[in-house]
Amino acid sequence: MAIVFQKPAGLTDAPLHYCPGCTHGIVHRLAAQALDELDLTGRAVGVAPVGCAVFAYNYFNCDMIQAAHGRAPAVATGLKRANPDSIVFTYQGDGDLAAIGTAETVQSAARGENITILFINNAIYGMTGGQMAPTTLPEQVTQTSPYGRDVTHTGMPIKVCELLATLESPAYIERVSVDSVKNVKAAQKAITKAFRYQKEGRGFSFIEVVSTCPTNWGMSPGKSLEWLRENMLPYYPLGVYKDKFAGEVAKP
Amino acid sequence: MTTQILLAGFGGQGILFTGKVLSYIGMALEKQVSWLPSYGPEMRGGTANCSVILSDESIGSPIVLKPDILAAMNLPSFHRFAQDVKPGGLLLADSSLIEIKSERGDITAHYVPVTQMATDHDLDGLANMILLGKLLAVTGLCGGEVVEAALKKSVPPRKAALLEANIRAVKLGWRS
Amino acid sequence: MAEKVLMKGNEAIAEAAIRVGCRHYFGYPITPQTEIAAYMSKLMPRIGGTFLQAESEIAAINMVYGASAAGKRAMTSSSSPGISLKAEGISYLAACDLPAVVVNIQRCGPGLGGIQPSQADYFQAVKGGGHGDYRSIVLAPSGVQEMFDLTAQAFDLADEYRCVVILLSDGILGQMMEPVDISAVSDNSANWNKSWALTGTGGERKPNIVNSLWIVPEELEAMNLEREKRYRKIEANEARWEEFRTQDADIVVVAYGAAARVAKNAVQGAREAGLKAGLLRPITVWPFPKKRLEALADQAKAFVCAEMSLGQMIEDVELAIRCKKPVLLSARTGGMVPTPEEIMEKIKEAERGSC
Repeated sequence: MAIVFQKPAGLTDAPLHYCPGCTHGIVHRLAAQALDELDLTGRAVGVAPVGCAVFAYNYFNCDMIQAAHGRAPAVATGLKRANPDSIVFTYQGDGDLAAIGTAETVQSAARGENITILFINNAIYGMTGGQMAPTTLPEQVTQTSPYGRDVTHTGMPIKVCELLATLESPAYIERVSVDSVKNVKAAQKAITKAFRYQKEGRGFSFIEVVSTCPTNWGMSPGKSLEWLRENMLPYYPLGVYKDKFAGEVAKP
Repeated sequence: MTTQILLAGFGGQGILFTGKVLSYIGMALEKQVSWLPSYGPEMRGGTANCSVILSDESIGSPIVLKPDILAAMNLPSFHRFAQDVKPGGLLLADSSLIEIKSERGDITAHYVPVTQMATDHDLDGLANMILLGKLLAVTGLCGGEVVEAALKKSVPPRKAALLEANIRAVKLGWRS
Repeated sequence: MAEKVLMKGNEAIAEAAIRVGCRHYFGYPITPQTEIAAYMSKLMPRIGGTFLQAESEIAAINMVYGASAAGKRAMTSSSSPGISLKAEGISYLAACDLPAVVVNIQRCGPGLGGIQPSQADYFQAVKGGGHGDYRSIVLAPSGVQEMFDLTAQAFDLADEYRCVVILLSDGILGQMMEPVDISAVSDNSANWNKSWALTGTGGERKPNIVNSLWIVPEELEAMNLEREKRYRKIEANEARWEEFRTQDADIVVVAYGAAARVAKNAVQGAREAGLKAGLLRPITVWPFPKKRLEALADQAKAFVCAEMSLGQMIEDVELAIRCKKPVLLSARTGGMVPTPEEIMEKIKEAERGSC
């Protein structure tokens, strides 16, 4: 019988712990698939964050390390500098990457570290039960913004792709989403390109995935996707924010 | 035997460098050696001092509190340290910048206008080496070849052109 | 013997690290240890190594965490306030059984404190510093040659026991120069099989995972107990110290690092004054030379703990001798260095008190 669909070799058989409807599973799959496709799984070292994806070390079928909260890009820097042949990626949420780890995010990008960061932006702290994140939208209700995010005293949410795109060094920055088949396909393409750039030694690549958190948003998975399209995408527009090597053919 | 030397002056007078030359001299004489600078913001233009100990035994504290030899290259250093010199000890002072003299009768003092001498002999910035020459002449610590070898080690390669002037300055002090 | 090189303590640390095969240094500027970073920045590019000035002390220790996880010898250095920032990373390294060398050229605190030498991070170094049940081996050099030798040994100990080794030094030792024999050590980093390292599976083995999260308490307890066994082994095998005139000593001074040098002068002075004083200098402050001190407690009338902190190591001395004899404290703080006379006064006081 012909196999028409199967799990990528880059994922283990461990059952995911994520909530029903959470998009982490899709992004895991896309990352693993990209590594497989580029024949990089055997060279890959992934850095798991603190946050919902903390157990990512159980899911990716490659060498993995768990980092202190926010420090994944520094850990990735150490891994990559020590062993430049490794394909090093971090997988981080919005609190990890854009709050407690902002310095590491910005500085690893500014150095043009030849690593890949996968950034899951679901506008909320998931693992700790739904607190306000640096990317929580104005008026959005969370456990620590019970009356809705009041931007007069918390400021406006951080647009990380736009912020990093002001830097000279990064090679590739794109914001994608996985809310529809079309967008999943675009995300797949972006993540594969990010890893390809790293393989080719082009430097820092960064993919933000606008995602959902049905549990902490208090919505059904379907409704969450609708909410994402209506509220998140206008504030976090999808697209390529930087591609220093656009149009260049892939290096062998 | 242990000789405790305290070198003191303004930052930029080459106090630490002088200590380094003395340390290399000590090494050449197969003595135990320690060199300890004052450090911090005072390194950058303020007062600088440097403790150098040369000893036949292993050295305990590297901090010189009661020097056998004090080389003072400015007035604040003179005020601060002259009374600490051990009885029977040696005081060397740059009399171009220190216009007073120690009232102590229990130490040997030499007042040499090294800054003025440096200017007069086209050796600007090398007053420290003139004073070192005086120190070596008075103490008889080592011969000329040892000083030259120590200077060669102390002067970094990128400043090798200055070696000759350093040697000249030491000789000038030696004969003063 | 090879010709000795006149170098600063900080430079000796960097030179030793490079000679034993450390090719990955991550740091952040802070007085009085910046010469280490400067030396590394000069040499590492010439030998294909990594010098990276990190954005923070926190990033630096986490870069060490990454490089060590990749199987390479890695180190960072800082001074007191910077070490506080690295504490979390040290805890992670310990929890993941990753070897690393962390240098602390202590300055005075608390807070921003000052830049003058101090030993006030003793508790932080020997009792943990970061969170959780763990230990670091803590080496306390007392001269520039030891800065060199102990740094070289620190990498071996770290690899041997898969733990963090802290070189607990201070501003005096970092800044001072002494002649050093640098010929005795060589790159032996290949002696340790790091099959646990994250080098990629190559499709030929199961993934290696470096992780400190154990959500099931029974599992975490088992992990911690297993590591504790290793700590007991370190305590049994690695305690090191040096003694000076202790053989017939009535009063034993205990001091480490720069303070031990001053204490040695004090002991010499006391002997000249007819007092039977001796010095025990811990070279490892964790593990602490407990057994030897306990044995000395049967001989000595009293102890003097001389430290550049307000009574930190004295607790370990009292524990080691099971409070069998009085222990007097000779302490300076805030960047002040004791004089030999101050410590001698304590020796005299101890002698009087124990008559």
